[in-house]
Amino acid sequence: MSRNAKINTLLLAIVAALAVLPLALGLGDHKEEPFTGADGEAETAITEIAPDYEPWFAPLYEPPSGEVESALFALQAALGAGVLAYYFGLRRGRRQGGARAAAARGARPPAAGAGDSPGAGA
Amino acid sequence: MHIAEGYLPPVHAAAWAAASAPFVIHGMRALTREVRANPESTLLLGAAGAFTFVLSALKIPSVTGSCSHPTGTGLGAILFRPPIMAVLGTITLLFQALLLAHGGLTTLGANVFSLAVVGPWAGFGVYVLLRRSGAPLMVAVFFGAFTADLSTYCVTSVQLALAFPDPGSGVVGALAKFGGIFAVTQIPLAVSEGLLTVLVMRLLVQSSKGELTRLGVLLQGGAEKEAAVR
Repeated sequence: MSRNAKINTLLLAIVAALAVLPLALGLGDHKEEPFTGADGEAETAITEIAPDYEPWFAPLYEPPSGEVESALFALQAALGAGVLAYYFGLRRGRRQGGARAAAARGARPPAAGAGDSPGAGA
Repeated sequence: MHIAEGYLPPVHAAAWAAASAPFVIHGMRALTREVRANPESTLLLGAAGAFTFVLSALKIPSVTGSCSHPTGTGLGAILFRPPIMAVLGTITLLFQALLLAHGGLTTLGANVFSLAVVGPWAGFGVYVLLRRSGAPLMVAVFFGAFTADLSTYCVTSVQLALAFPDPGSGVVGALAKFGGIFAVTQIPLAVSEGLLTVLVMRLLVQSSKGELTRLGVLLQGGAEKEAAVR
């Protein structure tokens, strides 16, 4: 593994550890429902502070179940990951193509033909 | 940081929408200008938006025993400046409000203000300050992304505290309460976001040197190279 790849792997490993450690150490055990969303906890806090508050607007569309909701969240992440992967794949391909073309150009003696003759298999 | 639909009183909702609107409109102009002037940057713009899409969909466990998600706005703010991030962040929030019932239309203004306005500007500010004082690129990127993430959740806490002051201890008491829920939970996640942003920036340095130089992230001379690879 190159030094670069090692550093990248290490970065990912730390991120993974930061996510897994709270679970592994049972940091949610003091709660009735461990590891709920902070957004939901804020809603609970609002009802504690202002018990009379009624939300005055409801979402236009609500996923009918937790499964559908997590599917949509997965879709969101997949869309983003897909675009990112496309970007880096395209860049890598372009770079390799460019390097190959440069190598092919360099391998042939410049006097062999006027300009780049087509069909020069590498 | 998503304030749920209907959970801000109408006056607050309207005020935050009014505060966010100029930033988003200005951002749309900046985005159009950027795409017209540099059509080849569209792809990287898409990648920056995609980063926000991925990170804001990932709910990650934190030390407080609850889950929260990063924002992913620091990367785009560093690459393309905060105004453009105001637009990309708003798109993400709209997607979540309309399809996931996460956040909402009435609270969109407030959520845009925290995630797409304050986060990117705070992160970008820290990044620029560190760069000017001679910090290596990746150190500045880490703290920029860290700040963008954490400041977003601090703003959400302030927004809720202003709307729902504690009957006994007032706005300050409420701020402590919401801050405990959001900001403390967010600290390890902000570290994660900083590391992930450094990772993506490292990949960009390897793959898109020309683009980064044009955007001013890498310097022309290449003296940057050493600091960047670290």
